[in-house]
Amino acid sequence: MNAATCSLLRASVEEDRSFELGDYEGPVARWCPGCGDHSVLAASQRLLREEQLAPEETVFVSGIGCSGRFPHHLGTYGFHGIHGRALPLATGVKLARPELHVFAVMGDGDCASIGAGHWIHAIRYNTDMVAFMLDNHIYGLTKKQTSPTTPQGYRTNTQPHGSWLPALNPLTATLGVTNASFVAQTAEWVPQHLQATLRAAFRHRGFSFVRILQRCPHYTLSMFIDAVRDPDRIELLVHEDGVRVDGLEKIYEHVRPHDPSDLDFARRLAQEDSDPERPIRLGVFFRDPSRAVYDRIRRVPTRSADEKVELLNRELDRHAI
Amino acid sequence: MTTPTKSRGRRAGATVAERDARPAGARRIERLDQHIVEIVSDSGEGAQTCGKLFGTVSARMGNGVWTVEIIPAEIEPPARSPAGASGNRIRLGSREVTNWGDYTDLVVAFNEQVLLARHRARALAPGATVLLEDMWEEHDDPDIRAAWAAAMEELSEAGYRIIPVPMEEECLEVVDDPRKGKNMFALGMLASLYGRDRELLEKAIARRFARKDDELTRRNVALLHRGMRWAESSLDFGFEIPPTPDETAKVVMNGNQAIALGAIAAGFETASMYPITPASSVSHYLGEIFQDYGGILHQAEDEIAAAGVAIGASYAGRPALTITSGPGMALKTEFLGLAIMTETPLVVVDVQRGGPSTGLPTRVEQSDLLAAIFGQPGDAPHVVIAPATIEECFHVMVMARRIAETFRAVVIVLSDANLATGVQPFRRPVPVRAWQGSPPDQSPVPEGTRPYEWDPETGLSRRMIPGQAGGQYTATGLAHDEDSHVAYDPEVNQRSSRARSRKLAVLRSTLTPPPIHGDPSGDLLLVGWGSTKGAIEEAVDRARAEGLSVSSTHLTFLSPLPPGLGEIFGRFGRVLTIEIDYSDEPDDPFIDEENRRRGQLAWLLRAATLVDVGCWTRVMAEPLRPGSILEVIRSRLAVTGGAA
Repeated sequence: MNAATCSLLRASVEEDRSFELGDYEGPVARWCPGCGDHSVLAASQRLLREEQLAPEETVFVSGIGCSGRFPHHLGTYGFHGIHGRALPLATGVKLARPELHVFAVMGDGDCASIGAGHWIHAIRYNTDMVAFMLDNHIYGLTKKQTSPTTPQGYRTNTQPHGSWLPALNPLTATLGVTNASFVAQTAEWVPQHLQATLRAAFRHRGFSFVRILQRCPHYTLSMFIDAVRDPDRIELLVHEDGVRVDGLEKIYEHVRPHDPSDLDFARRLAQEDSDPERPIRLGVFFRDPSRAVYDRIRRVPTRSADEKVELLNRELDRHAI
Repeated sequence: MTTPTKSRGRRAGATVAERDARPAGARRIERLDQHIVEIVSDSGEGAQTCGKLFGTVSARMGNGVWTVEIIPAEIEPPARSPAGASGNRIRLGSREVTNWGDYTDLVVAFNEQVLLARHRARALAPGATVLLEDMWEEHDDPDIRAAWAAAMEELSEAGYRIIPVPMEEECLEVVDDPRKGKNMFALGMLASLYGRDRELLEKAIARRFARKDDELTRRNVALLHRGMRWAESSLDFGFEIPPTPDETAKVVMNGNQAIALGAIAAGFETASMYPITPASSVSHYLGEIFQDYGGILHQAEDEIAAAGVAIGASYAGRPALTITSGPGMALKTEFLGLAIMTETPLVVVDVQRGGPSTGLPTRVEQSDLLAAIFGQPGDAPHVVIAPATIEECFHVMVMARRIAETFRAVVIVLSDANLATGVQPFRRPVPVRAWQGSPPDQSPVPEGTRPYEWDPETGLSRRMIPGQAGGQYTATGLAHDEDSHVAYDPEVNQRSSRARSRKLAVLRSTLTPPPIHGDPSGDLLLVGWGSTKGAIEEAVDRARAEGLSVSSTHLTFLSPLPPGLGEIFGRFGRVLTIEIDYSDEPDDPFIDEENRRRGQLAWLLRAATLVDVGCWTRVMAEPLRPGSILEVIRSRLAVTGGAA
């Protein structure tokens, strides 16, 4: 089957199909009640329905940890990989099958600690996929160990005298990498914003990095409690090329217009986000659709078996004696 | 034309070369079955090009050829230093040459320091003939003169026949900078000594420099002629290695090129890697041509990601491989476990080098065997196969893909630095359409089909590929049931482990016992695997010619092992593995039968067959020599009284 026949087939099939939320549901999630993962899962399913993505053409790849279970609860294809390595798997899927919709789901330790090398390079490859960093500032599944984003001084099982180092800022790290093309931050407890951010991330062509702040009801509830209760602890970054949710500005009065094409200013805003005294910024920090996209650069011709055999015979002749 | 003088010969320590005395036209031509010749220079002086052309033309004339590169350890070693020795070592034979042979018989050296390097590496046969550039002897720089004198002193005890050659002086007649051209003069000398076809040489030179300018070709041909004329008039000896006429179409390449072409012939579409010696040249070649075939060579950020990208591509339905060497295998280990657990087809090429750790990056060793088979934590059954020749490097890729997909399995292909850098002509493969396989199945999955519907008998199950409607499932490295749902149920774990393991037994049921080289029974059986095949079989042939009762067998499948081994071993008085890895000698201090660390293949075979399999192993950072193996055969058979 060649590419043309293939897409024709798909078009004719898709005309008759429309997808409901139920098409994206898998076995019931068993995360703790109150876990932010539930909220992100629901938002993802709504996104898939909104965009009417065929479940069989959608792949969620994950690493290890609470977030690693994410694909199991979806009705799409999924690959629950190993700790820190969701991005290489997702890159492989997208390179091999650029027509598939690829999502990578990671936790904060997954992405920014054991998988940090892949994270940096995935940003630079800028392969067309959406990457979620589900950031609850702790290793939850393995019972409260310090993660790279745990605030300094916070007591954990591995650093019971308080976490030794200042938390890593995933936004500045991402914005510092050459060829970054989409960087956003949202929070699971603001579902409309979460939804709108995932939509913007999916529609961007390139590596869309979304840091999703989320509560771990067991271990880090206290870290987020102020921001959840007090809308003054949130500042919305708004722009027509970023995220703007009708009505949200009535609740969250701190609103800052920010043009996501301004990388320098995005870096400054992200840097300030490390300051616990300042409100948490939600929105698209940076977006540049003109960056080189790896899976597009690496598009290769489709060759039939006969063509390959013919080329190979010519190549072998070059080695003939 | 300058003729070397007597005095020059004496000062160089020549033992035989009294060329002025030779009567015109009375050249003594020695007829031989095989000969080993090498050409060695500072890197950048073109000895490798000379060696390659010599090898190619010899192969075209119908001689068996095995070429090995002599590679300096550094990119830009200082000139005239033993560390900088660079070149080619070519074994010529009347018939097919299956290995690099024993010791070098004739050397062309561009300076005495690179010659020293080869001497110190014990590469040269006693009494080897050396054609040595003599410009250094009376060089203006006193340090160089002193270095020459010291080298001659060190070399004098070895008894080489050193013949000084005024290469610089001769080349200056044709070019201004003999550094660019001495190699063609040397090629001319070798052409004369070995009676190489002049027209074929000229054609090979024209082809080699075709991308540059005609002037360069013309100059190089002039240098070739000058080298030929000099040797004809100045050397009173020559060699004839009669070729065996053979009409079969042949190609010539090294093992890494063969793996690259084999991968394309096998229909692989994604290859991912991270640079590592001695595997990288597979990807150099793929990087050049793979995309013309619709393939993607992905250079990942590290060895781990290289495995991950290949697994992701394969999960998505495209045949994928990753290419590495020992240290990279260590890093990929966790991902291999994932591919085995999720039953994602994956081919991993490990071009072995010396280890452990960074070890000897450019040198051959077979020490990854047990790590390749057993190196993954948890029970992780998978396939390990090894090509034994450069030709097999090509064909093994086709087999590896087929096994990986049929059995939803990980297949590790163990090559090594000997195959990677050895260059040999072999029967031209005839690629067939069927090897390319089909595009990923995108047909809807029948309702009720489960992603791991393990057949209770064979453990096999049908794979579903993204794009197939109704097949949606989540592959997971966690223990899982037939639906790929995470399962901590003890029964499920026992059942799924059995299914993954059973696949190896099913694969084994399709294999035949390995063929025996020599008689089917006798006093001694040698067992090898991988690149040592040619050397072992040549040693067996030589020993059998002496009347010794020895045979050999060579294993392509290391996991699963082929059937029939116990029965074969039972037909021989003793069984001995020959391996390039480390083992304790039985009479070493502190060593006894129980604590002796054996060759890795011996360990494996003892465990599998309960036969008292012995081993002879070396880690000398080089391929095994047939002569060394012959010594082992003689000594083992003498001990048991089996020697003639």
